[in-house]
Amino acid sequence: MALKGLDIFKLSPKKNCKECGSPTCMAFCMKVAQGAADISACPYFSEDAKAQLSEATAPPMKSIKIGTGAEEMVLGGETVMERHEKTFVNKTRYADSLCNCMDEATIEAKLAEVPKVDYDRIGERMYAELIYVNYSAEGSYDYVELVKKAAALGRTLVLGCTDVEVAKAALAVCKDSKPVLNGATPANYADMSAVATEAGVVLGVSGADMNEIYDTVKALEGLGNKNLVIDTTGATVKETFANTVQLRKAAIKDGDRTCGYPSIVNLVKVAKDDLHLQAALAAVFTIKYGSIVVMQEITYSEALPLYGLRQNIFTDPQKPMRVEPGIYALNGADENSICLTTVDFALTYFLVSGELERSGVPVNLIISDAGGLSVLTAWAAGKLSSSSIEKFWKEADIEGKIKNRKLIIPGKVAVLKGEIEAKLPGWEVIIAPREAVELVKFLKDMQANGEA
Amino acid sequence: MPFTAKSGKFNASIKTVTIGTGDKAITLGGENALPLQSFDAPFANAPKVGIEITDFGMEHEPECIQKYYEGCSTIGEIAKKAASFEGVDFLSFRLEGGDPNGANKSTDELIAMVKEVAEAVDLPLVICGSKNAERDAELLGKAAEAVQGKNALILAAKEENYKTVGAAAGLAYNQVVGAESSVDINLAKQLNVLLSQLGVKPESVVMNVGTAAAGYGYEYVASTMQRVKSAALSQNDAQLQMPIITPVASETWSTKEATQAEADTPEWGDQERRGIDMEVETAAADLACGSDAVILKHPVSVATVSKLIKELV
Ligand code: B12
Ligand code: SF4
Repeated sequence: MALKGLDIFKLSPKKNCKECGSPTCMAFCMKVAQGAADISACPYFSEDAKAQLSEATAPPMKSIKIGTGAEEMVLGGETVMERHEKTFVNKTRYADSLCNCMDEATIEAKLAEVPKVDYDRIGERMYAELIYVNYSAEGSYDYVELVKKAAALGRTLVLGCTDVEVAKAALAVCKDSKPVLNGATPANYADMSAVATEAGVVLGVSGADMNEIYDTVKALEGLGNKNLVIDTTGATVKETFANTVQLRKAAIKDGDRTCGYPSIVNLVKVAKDDLHLQAALAAVFTIKYGSIVVMQEITYSEALPLYGLRQNIFTDPQKPMRVEPGIYALNGADENSICLTTVDFALTYFLVSGELERSGVPVNLIISDAGGLSVLTAWAAGKLSSSSIEKFWKEADIEGKIKNRKLIIPGKVAVLKGEIEAKLPGWEVIIAPREAVELVKFLKDMQANGEA
Repeated sequence: MPFTAKSGKFNASIKTVTIGTGDKAITLGGENALPLQSFDAPFANAPKVGIEITDFGMEHEPECIQKYYEGCSTIGEIAKKAASFEGVDFLSFRLEGGDPNGANKSTDELIAMVKEVAEAVDLPLVICGSKNAERDAELLGKAAEAVQGKNALILAAKEENYKTVGAAAGLAYNQVVGAESSVDINLAKQLNVLLSQLGVKPESVVMNVGTAAAGYGYEYVASTMQRVKSAALSQNDAQLQMPIITPVASETWSTKEATQAEADTPEWGDQERRGIDMEVETAAADLACGSDAVILKHPVSVATVSKLIKELV
């Protein structure tokens, strides 16, 4: 809950010594309340006062760290319900899953599949960052062995295991990579918490319903363990969705700290074997509050749209994604190579340049200043027009730098052809297809015909 | 101490709009809680799923869609087939060939097809335009006339053509008017105000507030829908309480994820599966952000999203 300046002032040293840089203690406390100053700038607050304040000024939802080294990641830490209110900060992480109830062949096949999905999208590496290793008492495959094999993939693990002894054995072989131990239940939480604390790992808490979960989290906090995530998976899809949304709402809107932990949503439990339904649900829980989403399979099919969606949802609304306008010589292009133009929206640049590189045809990709907007948005806003292109041609001295006089324009703004030709005498304007994906064939055909 | 969830029920609610006639008619809207959050207050009407066909029949469709329509030769047969798939609540007929920069088919030819489709099925109908505002002014007006009595949704009137499309669909022929704006809450509201000034009843308006495929500028779509729902429910803004419909198929099936042949990127695997996942993930995101109806194309997508809705709401 936000503290008022006056509440902080009550706890302040009241020396008015100015060492904090503020004229009075009162002024300093007002700044702290607004978030404009940090309490540590005053050397005289008592430890007790600081503890009280840090509790009261702590963010509504904890940021929980898992993984190590390059694989370290932060879960939670969100402050709003919808991205437009400010921004979402720590993206949803997707876990592919293994179980000791699978047979050896299935396990080996999955282990071989997981690393295949690994690609770059606008500078972000996309892959299954987590592996959920489920323990079933009926499973016949050795769990510790399975954990070892999963750990060898170099991804952070989530151990789904409610058996204290088995969890202990599994942690013995993987605790250094800081996995999550998703194992606390109302029945075992004290022992499980001891195991997690001993190993220095985050503990996942589950229960039959929100009441059980809530009481167990409270009890764990009472034991001094606040290094937690909450498994909101219920018996059905509907229950899971309700749990996940209500947990987030209680944390952010009602300031209930017991709910202020990241979530785990296990789709394998509620939509087993329906892969398309899991894909749809993963999209829902990316928007609605899943910190870790566990899926039966993460192939390119699920991943491509899902990771694109996540990248969209977790961008900061205040920061447009732009690239620098200029000439990008691709595939060894020089001043005699054909030219192609598009806008400076990072996503558009990424998609277009990716296809151009795949085509292997040398081209000068000319990015003009279009306000960081997509092709049609820029066109509708008047930021991509024959005049904007003419202006950029002058500013960047395109004609001095490039001898070729053929310019390919995006198919979505085919209407600009005549105007551009009028404004750039000597240039031949060629209309490309509408989608970037069609560029490879288009350019290869041009090359085969001796046009590029 | 048990967990106490505060109720997320609002006093305001989304308006209800009925499309179609008879026992197949569907009603959109009516909820007084945030999208899909039926645990806060039961939804009077769960979101609906439509299937899209176009005047090109199967000509422009990917093979993985064509195979579901084997043996269909006329647009009427295609419409019947589309209506028969599991989970279909309504049928959407897109007049793609009307685009003057595309096939530029004649109005007579297209309207004849609209009639054929309307006769072939008894499902609620959505008639979508060509994306060209000027052509749609004429085409959608004629389409509204052609399906008189069907209480169809004419998608859509835009800022540029709302006077003609709104007047024909909403006033002259008593259809439901779609109001399409470009991913901006203020534009969405403004168009609703303009339509009501024209005399179109708010109970006959459904909004398309903008659409994109997952990964393609989708953050703006998400935020626009979420802001519209929140203004409608928490601020009781009557000019934003119309239900939202989102065409999904026409965006997702042209993305690289759906169109790239497996031969070109073998590591991406089966193309059909990719197309379906792109479609269902985008639709699911739309529903999570506030759509009351989505329009899809692949029968497996329709069945999946229909199941998603049943499980959630
Ligand atoms: C997100 C979005 C916005 C965002 C902008 C985000 C951004 N950075 O651009 C916001 C909310 C700000 C916005 C605003 C507006 N928007 Co807008 N917006 C969209 C939306 C939903 C997605 C755009 C997007 O990101 N596409 C993804 C990128 C990657 O696409 P792209 O740049 O076109 O690139 C693709 C191809 O063109 C191709 N390509 C690109 N370059 C090249 C080059 C070559 C040679 C080739 C072959 C291919 C190629 O590659 C890409 C993939 O295939 C679209 C609807 C839609 N689904 O497309 C509407 C849309 C573009 N917007 C539209 C409009 C009208 C506007 C506004 C003018 C509304 C208004 N009246 O205020 C404003 C203008 C902005 C301003 N005044 O500053 C209309 C345009 C209508 C038209 N046909 O002209 C659209 C189509 C929506 C609609 N149906 O009405 N918008
Ligand atoms: S340093 Fe501390 S004691 Fe001194 S004025 Fe600032 S707040 Fe008051």
